[in-house]
Amino acid sequence: MSQIPALIPTSLLLAALLSLLAGLRSQRAGHAVAAAGIVVSFGAALLGMWEVVSTGQSIRYAMGGWIPPIGIEFVLDHLAAYMTTLITFIGVVVIFYAPRSIRFESPGKATFAYPSMALLLAGLSGMALTGDVFNLYVFLEIAALAAYALLAIGDRGGPFATVRYLLIGAAGGGFYLLGVGFLYFSAGTLNMADLSAILPELVENRAVMAAAGLMVIGLGLKMALFPMHFWMPDVYTNAPSAVSGLIAPIMTKVSAYAIIRLFLDVFPPGFFTETLPITATVGWLSAGGILYGSILAIGQHDYRRMLAYSSVGQISYVGLGIGLANPIGLIGGLLHIVNHALMKGLLFLIGGSVRLRTGVTRIPDMKGLGKAMPWTMYAFVIGALAMVGIPPTAGFFSKLYLLIGAVEAGAWIWFAVIIASSLLSAVYFFRVTEMIFRDPGSDPAETSRDQGGEKDESTPDHPVGEAPASMLIPVVILAVGVILVGVFNFAIISALLESVVAPLEG
Amino acid sequence: MDQLLHSAPLLAILVSALAAVAIPLTGERRRNLRETWTILASIAKFGFVAMMIPGVLAGERYEMSLLEIAPGVELALKVDPAGLLFATSASFLWILTSFYAIGYMRGGNERKQSRFFSMLAVCLSATIGLCFSANLLTFVLFYEILSVATYPLVIHAGSEKAYRIGRQYLIYAITAGIALVGGTALIYGLTGTLDFQPGGFLEAGLGAPMLWTIFALFALGFGVKAGVMPLQSWLPNAMIAPTPVSALLHAVAVVKAGVFGFVRLVGYVFGPGLFGDMGAATVLAVFAAATILLASLIALTKDDLKARLAYSTVGHLSYIVLGVALLVPQAMLGAAFHMVTHAAMKITLFFCAGAIYIHTGKKKVSQLDGIGRQMPVTLGAFGVGAVGLAGVPLVGGFVSKWYLAVGSVDAGMLIFLGVFLVSGLLNAAYLVPIVTRAFFRSSPEHTGFNEASLLMVAPIFVTMLLSLLLGIHPDGFFQFFSISEAIVEAVTGTSFTGGG
Repeated sequence: MSQIPALIPTSLLLAALLSLLAGLRSQRAGHAVAAAGIVVSFGAALLGMWEVVSTGQSIRYAMGGWIPPIGIEFVLDHLAAYMTTLITFIGVVVIFYAPRSIRFESPGKATFAYPSMALLLAGLSGMALTGDVFNLYVFLEIAALAAYALLAIGDRGGPFATVRYLLIGAAGGGFYLLGVGFLYFSAGTLNMADLSAILPELVENRAVMAAAGLMVIGLGLKMALFPMHFWMPDVYTNAPSAVSGLIAPIMTKVSAYAIIRLFLDVFPPGFFTETLPITATVGWLSAGGILYGSILAIGQHDYRRMLAYSSVGQISYVGLGIGLANPIGLIGGLLHIVNHALMKGLLFLIGGSVRLRTGVTRIPDMKGLGKAMPWTMYAFVIGALAMVGIPPTAGFFSKLYLLIGAVEAGAWIWFAVIIASSLLSAVYFFRVTEMIFRDPGSDPAETSRDQGGEKDESTPDHPVGEAPASMLIPVVILAVGVILVGVFNFAIISALLESVVAPLEG
Repeated sequence: MDQLLHSAPLLAILVSALAAVAIPLTGERRRNLRETWTILASIAKFGFVAMMIPGVLAGERYEMSLLEIAPGVELALKVDPAGLLFATSASFLWILTSFYAIGYMRGGNERKQSRFFSMLAVCLSATIGLCFSANLLTFVLFYEILSVATYPLVIHAGSEKAYRIGRQYLIYAITAGIALVGGTALIYGLTGTLDFQPGGFLEAGLGAPMLWTIFALFALGFGVKAGVMPLQSWLPNAMIAPTPVSALLHAVAVVKAGVFGFVRLVGYVFGPGLFGDMGAATVLAVFAAATILLASLIALTKDDLKARLAYSTVGHLSYIVLGVALLVPQAMLGAAFHMVTHAAMKITLFFCAGAIYIHTGKKKVSQLDGIGRQMPVTLGAFGVGAVGLAGVPLVGGFVSKWYLAVGSVDAGMLIFLGVFLVSGLLNAAYLVPIVTRAFFRSSPEHTGFNEASLLMVAPIFVTMLLSLLLGIHPDGFFQFFSISEAIVEAVTGTSFTGGG
């Protein structure tokens, strides 16, 4: 059992390597190897979560037998179990979805896509598991490199958007690393547990303060915290659907996770809330991001771009949970990590299915798809309801907890922001829903007006059918997940999240 | 049997959810089988609800806790008189609406009938769910499901106009829903509990600004569905839905969910004492009274029959809201009973309007001259409903209005007595002429007896009978009157021994 923390990222790393080798001989074999590695890591994550929940103890693993602080330690605690299960689950769903979609959208590049996906998951799960602030940087960069590769294989604008992302990402990593350096010089250790023992004596230390600030700025860039989000819409719009479906749900969330980890487990209690107003700053920026993302999403005609702006708003819900810094609010934020991962993954994958069958990515062209692809579109409705926050979907509960947290914190402006943004989400998601379920071609005049007179040549004339099973099943799984997580959200909270936020109970 | 009784609240909710799944799976090709699911589910649902009446009247509260759905809050059901009253009337009328809807949908050769029947079943599940909710969170959950499930029914026609109205409907419904979620979060954050308590659980110690914020959020949330002005404008537009929807949802289930929300808010969250002391009761009463008068006046101007009925609904919903806001036992009793009597009378009127439309294509009041000779049963029933809404004795509306009037005297608010009386006259003015024109004028188009299909006429006859029964022997039918008394006793602590 104690090997589980190491097993999760290593099986993914190994899969990445072998998948590339196998992929050079046959694409199918490359996919099979990557999928096998991801499934193994998901199994390990489940086992680990079971172990942590049933014993209530974290699993610690010293890499290479080197005991910390000399060696690097992996820690599978409640929060890490929560994150790794999510990361590997999304990985499993997307890897089975990917082949048809990537072959269609980025022909000839699939060989490199599967190893990169495994590598991305290895980086993200490593970030969640490591107990060392420098090692976290290493995994951050591994994940980032894999992400650059994956994003660049998309549409024409993909490489350009990715280069911009690369520059921002490098800056983000740099800020974080600089902070780690300050921390090391002040405290003399990089191990999180040691840091949390030493830092209480150094709360007045300017270098420690600078370290905290730099690390959060770096992670904020990676997390696309408003106004550091500007790289995101272009990246998500131009990436292959399967890649957006993998990266959008989990990548920014893991950076948010890292901030939460620093806040709860590395820096002393009160450091992020009182010594430095970090949580409050994150909260206010997030409040801005929620409004900004939701408002810009309304104006978008491209389905993926709309989702990207919506992501700017949604990641900010997690940030708002950090900003509230009280147990129920942070539970709302943490729950929203899973909720949003499921719904945004769902919505991006649906976009891929639609594109495969119709070639369409613009919302006005999606008219009448409800008839052609009923199951995919019912799944869309579930995703849309969850984004708006209609019970019993998952989205309802995270918003409810954030609202309660805002009441407890007396944060009335944030309370109003959450309420307003739900209305805005309703506007842009119901616009799409209405379009989908209209009779196709019932009113051609309106379609062309929405398009601004352009004619989309990619719309095929032949009748459109339901997505292939390999793409439909992952979509249905995510849609069911959105509802199950909503109905059983309290099980997740009591099993995992309550112990995560225990340090805040004071 | 005992076990069945104790799981009845849940079964009553689930049975129509099950039908909602079975209906689309059966599909248009086997439509007789498909309609069987609706009928069976409606009868079973009513059975589950009705079997709890004796127990609840004897003081039993059937409780079920399903799962903890948020920290410290359970998805829990509790059957009390208030919920039972609404659930009994809604589920009984669903049976009739089911038969009627089959006649209507087939008669009009409507599109997407599977979706229609399926969504109607979902709406009924949500309605019964919110009736039996033991706490605010459960209530809000079902309330939101009800809002969303009604949307496909509103846009049923699939026309550009229907979509536009659907959009308006959603904006109202979602705004209301989010206000409720906000209010619920506020109450939970401040008090740590959400369980409904007869007599309320909020305390004056929260301070006036908080209490008023809570009231404002909930008034917005419930006011939309209850059609309290100025939040009413979606309701007349929603009449674009097929008439069975207008009849069951937009005269009974959906709109009364809003009214029922006010009952819960005043009686079980704030409590009449606090609600009166803080002054919210007066504000609510003034809005409701204004709505009653304005809606009646607007109804006078409408030539479209369903629009006229819709404004009449807006007015009558506020009767109930006003009765609740008066806070005195007699007025609350009238309000509770008016939930039932108005349901019976208004559904009769809508059924009639739908039968006329499907059978003759007539939608406007001015086209109905002489139609009474052709469809005497339909128009006769319409007449009963019309005079009942105006408050003529021997029809149910008289009884509820009587208590509302007595209540406004008890409360020392003679101005509201005036509102009820004036509005009664206006009711007569906008409804009775329809009947007189239909019977006493003649038209070459309408000669000879030619009624709509029995599937539509029979439900009309039953709801008309129900309206009369409620007026002649208020407690004779499912003991609606005793249940209403039990509500008032629970909320105010007054006892009606020997009353009624």
